[in-house]
Amino acid sequence: MAGLVPAIHGVVACRSRNDVDARDKRGHDEPDGMEAAVMRGDGMVMALRRVGAMLIKEVLQLRRDRVSLATMITIPLMQLLLFGYAINTQPRNLPTAVLLQESSDIGRSILRAMENTRYFKIVREARDEQEFDHLLQSGAVLFGIEIPANFERDLRRGDRPALLVAADATDPVAAGSALAALTTLTRTALLWDRSIPESTPPPFEVRTHARYNPAAVSQLNIVPGLLGTILTLTMLIYTALAVTRETERGTMEALLAMPITPVEIMLGKIAPYVVIGFLQATLIIGAGVLLFAVPIFGDLVLLATLTTLFIATNLSVGYTFSTLAQNQLQAMQMSMMFFLPNLLLSGFLFPYAGMPDWAQVVGEALPLTHYLRIVRSIMLKGSTLADLHYDAIALVVLMLLAMTIAVRRFRRTLD
Amino acid sequence: MSTADERAGPDGTRGADIAIAVEGLTKSFGANVVVRDLTMQVRRGAIYGFLGPNGSGKTTTIRMLCGLLTPDAGRGTCLGYDIRTEGEKIRRHVGYMTQHFSLYKDLSVRENLEFVARVYGLPSPRRAARAAIERLGLDDRAEQLAGALSGGWKQRLALGACTLPNPKLLLLDEPTAGVDPKARREFWNEIHMLAAQGLTVLVSTHYMDEAERCHEIAYIAYGTLLAQGSVPEVIAASHLTTWTVSGPNLAGLAETLARRDGITMVAPFGTSLHVSGPDRDKVDAAIADLRADSALTWEPSEPSLEDVFIDLMSRGQGGRA
Repeated sequence: MAGLVPAIHGVVACRSRNDVDARDKRGHDEPDGMEAAVMRGDGMVMALRRVGAMLIKEVLQLRRDRVSLATMITIPLMQLLLFGYAINTQPRNLPTAVLLQESSDIGRSILRAMENTRYFKIVREARDEQEFDHLLQSGAVLFGIEIPANFERDLRRGDRPALLVAADATDPVAAGSALAALTTLTRTALLWDRSIPESTPPPFEVRTHARYNPAAVSQLNIVPGLLGTILTLTMLIYTALAVTRETERGTMEALLAMPITPVEIMLGKIAPYVVIGFLQATLIIGAGVLLFAVPIFGDLVLLATLTTLFIATNLSVGYTFSTLAQNQLQAMQMSMMFFLPNLLLSGFLFPYAGMPDWAQVVGEALPLTHYLRIVRSIMLKGSTLADLHYDAIALVVLMLLAMTIAVRRFRRTLD
Repeated sequence: MSTADERAGPDGTRGADIAIAVEGLTKSFGANVVVRDLTMQVRRGAIYGFLGPNGSGKTTTIRMLCGLLTPDAGRGTCLGYDIRTEGEKIRRHVGYMTQHFSLYKDLSVRENLEFVARVYGLPSPRRAARAAIERLGLDDRAEQLAGALSGGWKQRLALGACTLPNPKLLLLDEPTAGVDPKARREFWNEIHMLAAQGLTVLVSTHYMDEAERCHEIAYIAYGTLLAQGSVPEVIAASHLTTWTVSGPNLAGLAETLARRDGITMVAPFGTSLHVSGPDRDKVDAAIADLRADSALTWEPSEPSLEDVFIDLMSRGQGGRA
């Protein structure tokens, strides 16, 4: 009986025409007229028409890609706003701690004068040397000012006592202009205080101590920063493509039909890149030490552990984009959108402390901000976990947040 | 081959002999109703053919059966597990072969099979993959990338991957599309062998000859199940009267016949035409004068499955318009 015509879509000459899909529509395959004209090669006109055909197709496809359209507008806008408002190469209001070994009017005058330069903002008062060092070591402040005991007495005697200013010079840019401003301070600070003898040289001296990077070698700051930046970029991209690739290649449906959970898929996809990221980090640090003589004062194990944490955090963020995007291009664009503020607001290119408050808040939400503090502190200051626990916790929180979004967003069904 | 008796149990849904039992399944995407109030049962160990034109809801139904889509309405079980809430358990026992090749093209045959074996937690993935390669006759191609295989081998590999974890139910979505006749025949022999071992197979297809190799078939068009049963049952239930006519100028004859009242379908089959209609008297009346034409040879014939389906489809469409 049946079987002569293999498919349901056989020719049916009847009023119940089989027109389920476009396959048997007319005008689908009528090449003769057009094609002959193209074959003759009408030269430029036809070539332009073909260019036009391609152009129209591209515009139509682009119009349907909302994410691409959105990035076309937001990336330049974001750049402009960040560069225009957030970035300040002459950072002011840098967090400063003071250690008062004596309480005197003159000391207060000097501190006020320092704040008046608008470079320093006294945020903490240390109780003792230990706390003073810890504040600098942990990166809570960029400067520490110590007014030694007997400062006022020595000043009145004309002994030219020294005001100690310790600067965190891991970022030479951030510390530079503030330190420069200190030189004029000695002459102007006590101008209005009575009963201080006018004198040249000035009545006291400022003894600055640029800690951690005394020679202000920019490589010492750039290499650890670059480590974080490179890891951010590569890790984001690796996993950003992870889920969309499955969707685009048509393997997702089969994967979803298998007994494997979204968490299992995520962990399985992230794990190999943790190793790759770790190797990358080793390579960069190794090159930094060998080629640029960047020191590692801190604990290597701590550095390795927190670097792994940072790698996992970025992989999780990339994976989240992968579950949000519809295709690989969108995932790449999302990664770029995320990478840009990481580059600008983390303190890598421009001093973090110089940014306005809102930009600092945004910066706190970026993994690179925390990692830069971690890696610079461990390598250049020899900081320990006790100094860095805030940033370490921040990385864990960001990672878990990204993973939660990813798992919740991962479509377990095709609905 | 009739299964009417087995299907008639008062509470057959959880019965041991029923693999799939769903009722009232409905699914729409936006305003478009893709599957409408679908009720069906598939007996364990049966090869159940799922037929219908493109876009009729076959794939959507299969996806609902294995928990990849959530039905808007309706309920049912697959292997005794609720399709709404127990998708995880269903996945463990179902092998789903998607319409498009969905193994990793950049992995070799062996690597693909080992991946599947590992995901399903088979005790020895390497050994399971090796055994599957031998069973599939893929020894020479074990290290070849899956993407480099020809259509027939790809399909074979996909079936092998589906059956690797020893599923109880196979859902095959147009498995033989674009595969040559020889490979198709081998594929169906394999399906029958699996069914003989107790595996239930639900297979969607466009091909009539494949439909006739199923124990039972269901015809779905525009999201609605229009007929189900064994092939003879479906043909008998259509109540279609069909004549086969041969002679000169069949194209002209077809046009004449198509316009006549009582005739719903005229289809050319090689050197003859199949002329069908749902009402015997009307069909006979419509062709009466042409039967007198001595140039034409008229023979009463049984409608083919294809006749039945096209008739069902046009009626289904008419009912909705």
